[in-house]
This record gives sequence, C-alpha cells and structure tokens, in this order.
Amino acid sequence: MNRPFIELSDVTLRYGRSDNPEATLALARTTLSIDDGDFVALVGPSGCGKSTILKLIGGLLTPSSGGVVVNGREVGDPRRARIGLAFQNPTMLPWLTIRDNVMMPLKIVEPFRSAYRRMKHSEYADRAEALLAAVGLKGFGAKRPWQLSGGMLQRASLCRALIHEPQLLLLDEPFGALDQFTREAAYLANRICVMSARPGRILEDRMVGFPRPRDVAMSYAPEFSELVQALRLRIAEARAPGEPPATPTEEAA
Amino acid sequence: MNALTSLSPRLRQRLMSAAAIVALFLLWELACVAFKVSSIVLPRPSEIFTVLFTKLPLMWPHATQTLYTTLLGFALGTLAGVLIGAVIGMSRVAYDVAYPILVGFSSIPKVAVVPIFVVWFGAGTVPAVLTSMVICMFPVVVNIATGLAHTEPELQDVLKVLGARKLDILWNVGLPRTLPYLFASLKIALTLAFVGTVLAETIAANKGIGNMMMIASGNFDVPLVFAGLFILAAMGVALYVASALIERRFTGWAQRGNELPNG
Repeated sequence: MNRPFIELSDVTLRYGRSDNPEATLALARTTLSIDDGDFVALVGPSGCGKSTILKLIGGLLTPSSGGVVVNGREVGDPRRARIGLAFQNPTMLPWLTIRDNVMMPLKIVEPFRSAYRRMKHSEYADRAEALLAAVGLKGFGAKRPWQLSGGMLQRASLCRALIHEPQLLLLDEPFGALDQFTREAAYLANRICVMSARPGRILEDRMVGFPRPRDVAMSYAPEFSELVQALRLRIAEARAPGEPPATPTEEAA
Repeated sequence: MNALTSLSPRLRQRLMSAAAIVALFLLWELACVAFKVSSIVLPRPSEIFTVLFTKLPLMWPHATQTLYTTLLGFALGTLAGVLIGAVIGMSRVAYDVAYPILVGFSSIPKVAVVPIFVVWFGAGTVPAVLTSMVICMFPVVVNIATGLAHTEPELQDVLKVLGARKLDILWNVGLPRTLPYLFASLKIALTLAFVGTVLAETIAANKGIGNMMMIASGNFDVPLVFAGLFILAAMGVALYVASALIERRFTGWAQRGNELPNG
C-alpha cells in the first residue's frame, strides 16, 4: 500500500502565540490519514476544529506542532496537490461576474494558468458555463454575486472549487446550516470521523459500508437510520457540557 | 411651478444647481452695486467675465501650463502613492516603520518645501510638478494602505488555497478591493494637486495661472486675479467630473445602491 494521500501526524494548532495562556487550542494532537480516492466526512459539535483541519490541509494554516503532508509534500510546497476549497461562506469576489469568479482558479493554477494567457479565455468561459448549468445556474454567469441568493452563491462556489479539476476537494459546511448534515454525510461519504468539542480530537472513525450507487430509498432503510442516530448521539455526547444544543456544523473532506 | 415638477428628478436637480450658481453670481453683482464696492476690492462678476473673454488669448498659455503641471504632478503623485501604499498595506513592518515618517512629512506645510525644490531644480515647471506631487501623494498612500490592510482574509484565502503567489493575490484581490478607496482619495488628491501647482507658481515660476495672478495683483488688476481663480475652479470641476465618471466605470460593483449600468 502506498503512502496515504493526506497525512496529519500528531497535529496541534493553537490560535494566537504559544506563550499566550489565553491562546485558543483548536486542535490537540490529531492524527488522521486519508487514502487517495476516499470520501471522508468530519462531523462534530460546533467549534470543534473541523474548519481548522480543512485549513491545515488546504495550507491556509501552519500547524503549531506536528506535520501535515498532502500528496507526499509538506503543506506550503507550491508543487503540492491541486486543491479545490469551498468555504462555509461563498466568498465570491464582488467585483467579478459569477462566471469570472468561477474561472478564477484557472487564472492561478498551472497548467491552466499558461493556457489562460494564451487566450483560451472563451474555451474556459464555456467550461465555467457548463459547470454552472450543471448546478442549475444556467444563464447566471453574467450576474454579479450580490444578485444571487445565498444558496445559489454556494452552488457557484462549488463550481469554482471544481473547475480546475482538483485532486483534493475540501468542502467546509457545503450544504448550508444543517442538522441535516449527519444524514448527508452518511449518504455520501465512505468514512465518517466524529470529533470532540474544543480542543478537537477524533473520537471515532467509522466506515460507511453501504453499497454504491446509493439511492434515496436506501436513506430510509433501518440500518441507515441506525447509523445516523448513532452518529448524532456521539456528537451530542461530544458537545461540551453547558453549551447550547447548537445544530451540529460539519464538513466533508 | 407645474412645469418644474413635471420634469424628471434628475433634470430638475441639474436645473436647480445651475439656478443656485446663477443666483449666487446675481447676489454678488447686486451686493457690489448696492454697497458701491470698488472693483479693486471685489470686482463684480460681470467685470470678471468680461476680463475672462477679452483676455482669454492672454490667459490661455497660463491655463494650459497650470493644467499640464497639475496633471503631471497628480499622475506622479498617484503613482508614487499607490506604490508606497501597496508596500505599506502589505507588510506590517513597512507599515510600522514608514507611517510616522509619512505623517511627519505630510504635516510639513508645503509652502516651506517649494524654496528647497527651487534651490535644487531652479524656478519653473519642475518645482511646481514636484510640489503638486508631494501634496497629493499622502491621501493616496493612506487610502491604498487602509484598503489593502482591510481586505477580508476570506477573499485572500480563495486564492491562497490554490497556491497563489503574493503578487497574484495583490493583483486579483488586493487591488480590485482597494479601487473604491483609491478613487475616493483621487478626488482629494486632484484638488490638492491644483493647490500645490498654484502654490509653487506663485512663489517661483514665470508661467502658469498662479504666476499670472501674482503679477496681476501686483498691478492691482483685481478682475484679472479673479478671472484666474475662476479658471482654476472650472478646471478643478472638470477634472473632478472626469474622475467621477471613471470611478463609476471601474467600481460600479461597490456602488450598487445607485443606478447601475449592468443589469
């Protein structure tokens, strides 16, 4: 077996300076490895460090200690894997049209970057429109971000995360505010990791063995409901005492 | 009154501001006549406009000189301001180091700087260009630096996760995000550039509206002095309008409250 595609080894992340006693410990000695081609969902109570893990893998944060390796390269290496990331907030650039927003990765990421310069612009615009059409946003390419609803923006931001054919897709709360997500995760993912309240640790690592393709009927089968219920109970236990029973906010990696 | 209310709101607004200007001149004219103000103290608008039309060929070279100097100083000042502002806005260290120097420098009255420029470069166009450049640089620096420093980290993350270089982020996120700030500062910088030019021209120049006004006031030709002021005001308004039009073209996304070209 090759090296796993993503390796977090003993990663700790502290927001703020390490000598500051008030620094928030977001993630405590987390070890996680994910194989190429896998679909993993991270679930857990709000504020448990799920977004932090995603940012570490995406290279937006540097671990306070421990190592993050993606595709055999330390994070921060410019030759690392192509990553697509869709955020909790759609974060569209307000001065660009939806189409130009979706095309942004092609302007930045090689090998598309060079081709973009060589006037492949219209071909890329077609590709962006095709992706938008696939998520039901046909004809919205020329609109500005503020002319779309929150859900539409989220779909457009999915297109932006996919247009450069990423080897790794990171989705941070991809489906909006959801108590639903546990269900969605069980329906979509191969593997679900339940995280504890802050500082986050992985409490449980569970394979989802339902055969594919999965259909809607399957999501009403008793064993599916049992899995969802077990997960929700686990998340409820993980929630720090005294914390309001907020909707569990999750993401998939 | 009915005729006025039936006009479109926009046109009515225009008409009213034009009427206000005309009313101001009429009031001025009447006050001068009523209180028998000598034209050496305060010339009547009619006198000023007469001078404007009769001496236009004489004033034209001065006006173009001032316009040229101002635009050159403004362009250089904006360029320098954007560069300095970009460096300061991107780097915490540069911000801390350079800010006190900038504030100190901008607190110096620019009248005091003109003689130094004259010593270095001799009287003429160069000191005027430099004065207008240094006077209009500061607001641009501050606005660019503020705009860059306040760029939402989430917007930068969009590019960072793609492995974008710092220059990519500046070009694709930082600068577009800063454009509204830049245009706000350009309007201030533009009027300041005129101040700088005329200031230097009144001190050390042999051409330009400032120089012409100095000579005219030496000759007690007060209507000509006022004619010079009018020309300056007109050029200032014209350039302001031009910059506002360019602003709407480039930063429409930030002004969506108003009427917008794109639908």
